[in-house]
Parts: sequence; structure tokens; C-alpha cells
Amino acid sequence: MKARKEIKADLGKELTKGFLRENPVLRLLLGMCPALAVSTTVTAALGMGTAASIVLLLSNIIISALRRIIPDRVRIPAYITVIAGLVTLVQMLVKAYVPAIDSALGIYLPLITVNCIILGRADGFANSHGVAASACDAIGMGIGFTAALTLIAALREIFGAGAFAGISLFGTPAAILILPPGGFFVCGCMIALANKLQGPRARKQENKCMSCMECEGGCAT
Amino acid sequence: MTKEWISLFFAAVLTGNFVLARFLGICPFLGVSKKVNTAVGMSLAVIFVMALATAVTWPLNALLESKGLAYLQTIVFILVIAALVQLVEIVLKRYIKALYQSLGIYLPLITTNCAVLGVVLLNAQDGLGFVSSMVNSLGAGAGFLLAMVIFAGVRGRMEHSDIPKAFQGLPITLVAASIVSLSFLGFGGIVEQIFA
Repeated sequence: MKARKEIKADLGKELTKGFLRENPVLRLLLGMCPALAVSTTVTAALGMGTAASIVLLLSNIIISALRRIIPDRVRIPAYITVIAGLVTLVQMLVKAYVPAIDSALGIYLPLITVNCIILGRADGFANSHGVAASACDAIGMGIGFTAALTLIAALREIFGAGAFAGISLFGTPAAILILPPGGFFVCGCMIALANKLQGPRARKQENKCMSCMECEGGCAT
Repeated sequence: MTKEWISLFFAAVLTGNFVLARFLGICPFLGVSKKVNTAVGMSLAVIFVMALATAVTWPLNALLESKGLAYLQTIVFILVIAALVQLVEIVLKRYIKALYQSLGIYLPLITTNCAVLGVVLLNAQDGLGFVSSMVNSLGAGAGFLLAMVIFAGVRGRMEHSDIPKAFQGLPITLVAASIVSLSFLGFGGIVEQIFA
């Protein structure tokens, strides 16, 4: 009885840690490319967040289930293959059912394959945890990613285009915010805000993707 | 034709800069841009892999499209890139020691660099011919190098400034990137004006 309760509490913790404490974009600094690129409109951000979350959930479940079968030496190529397959699947579904989202995301939809969050969670969490914990981790991280993306997009769309989810609110106050420089600026300010609220980020996170390993000395400081 | 290629190249370097206008390759841009020489090393490795990946994926993509298997693009491209990176690493380690010592450490990071997958996907999406694809990839790589080197200079300046605590680290880096990106917006229209 007691043991069961403990597992439950753990699952809850895995689920909620992605929301703010270990938010992938604002705290772990994973998945910056899509966070900057598709955060021009709330609709695109929600579409991107949902697509990436589905891929993350499925890849975490599959990789966690296969963690004893995949040899350690070829794990990264194996993960990439699983993830690329899932991305292709999601891409086909999005193309068929929500073509508007497909054209809004463009090349960034197939690029979910190399999104740091997904590979980072695969190698940093699913690799060493059970299926249920990995699924909870993926759901929490997915929600955290989508929320951060939507927050950044809302700020950029409201103050850059004077609209919210495509609905016009007022004129265009600061068009620069929906241009690339605005993306860097709003993202930087949001991470600073998260730092302010949560205290400086813990160093040496366990979850790093290959291209973020170099960040240890760079972005993490 | 040559004019078209020149215009394509400069569009990829300046107006459509991969890092500053398209947000591809942000991880290495933020992570490896602390010193100019590491920034150059990483960029050269990226240019090398981009050019190789384009040369290999272009015929493969033509094959996939002729068989009606275009939906396999993502999987095939990422596997080609991963295999190429491994191969290049092995070849350099074995035969060209000097180059391996300067580029080697960056190579494993490139597999998941979205700029490399991004450029081959863009080439396929836009249906560019072989030479145009190569020109576009080289332009994208050169643009990456330019952005990295400029930004390494900017970061060098930032090291000795007094930055508010919450902004230290990545936030101020992003704000600085925003200003560099702003300066690249100024190139808008120039490329079309000069080469059209």
C-alpha cells in the first residue's frame, strides 16, 4: 500500500516538473529553435506545441519500452530513427487534417526530428525510467513546452501584430516583435523572468542532447 | 544562370540568414560562439557537412520522388546526415589528423544541428536543381559562419559588462542576438537590388 502511494507521488512529480520547475524552454533551455521560429502567432505555437508533444509522448513510451533491447553504443541513431518515423507520421496527419497548421509551420514540422527536447528526454529520461514514468515526463514536458511557446507567441502577436490567435485587437504597435529580432528579444526576456522567479538555473542538468552538450560551457552559464 | 546562383548565395548569406532570420542552428550559435576560433571551427565543420549532405541527399531525393516516396524524406535525410557525420569523423581521424584535431570535436554535435537537416529539407521543398542546391547550402553555411563570427565578437565585449543578475547567461545573449539580427534586417532588399 505504502509502496504504491510512493510510486503515485513520483508519477505526479514527473508530470508536474515540466510545467515550471524544469520547463524545457525557460529552464532547461531545450528546443530553442522552434521556440523562436514559430512563436509569431498563437495558432502556430499551439500547433507546434501539440505536434511536438505527441511525438515526445510516443517516442518516450517506445524508447522506454525498448530501453533494455537497444544496445548502448547505437542508442542515438536508434532514437533518431524512432523519432524521425514518428515525426513523419505526425506530419502526414497534420497535412491531411489541419493543412493550415502545416503551412504555418512549414519546414519546422519535419525539424521536430532534431528538436533537442525529444532527443534530450529520450537520452536523459526514457533511457533510464519505466514506461509510466516516461509517459508522465513526456506529458509534463509537452505541456510545459506548449505553454512556454504559447506565452512567447501571445506576447509577440499581441504587441507585434495587435492580434491574438489571428483575431485583430488593435493596430500594429511594434511590428519588430513579430520579426526575427523580436523573437530573440522576447525569448531572452522570458528566460530572464523565469530566472528572477525561480532563482538561477541549476547547473549541469542531466538532460542534454548532442548539439547541446557544447552548451554546458556556453548557454548553461 | 550564374547571376541566379550568385543571387541565391547572397540571399542565403544575408537576407535569409539561417541563424538570424530562420532560427536554424540556434544551439551551436548560442553554445559555441564564446570564442572566435571555436566559432570558426564549428562553422567550418557545419559548412563541410552541409555541402556533403546536400551532394548525397539530392540524388536520393530525386530517387524518392520518382518512386512516390517523398514522405520518407525526413527519415532518409536524417539517417544520411548521421551516417555522413560518422564517416567523416572516421576518415578525418584516420587520414587527415590535423583537420580532425581542429574540427573533430564539433562533428558529433552536427548530427542534431537543425541547420543541416533544415538546408536539405528546404532544398527538397523548393525543388532546387543540383547546382542551385549546392549553392544554397554553401550560402547557408557561409551565413552561419558570418553570424557565428560576428556574434563571437559581440559576446567578447559582453564579458566585461555589468549585467543585471536575472539577465546573466543566456537571456542577455539572446537580447544581443536580437540586436545582431536587427542589423541583418537592414540587408532586406539589397540582394534583390544588386543582383536582379
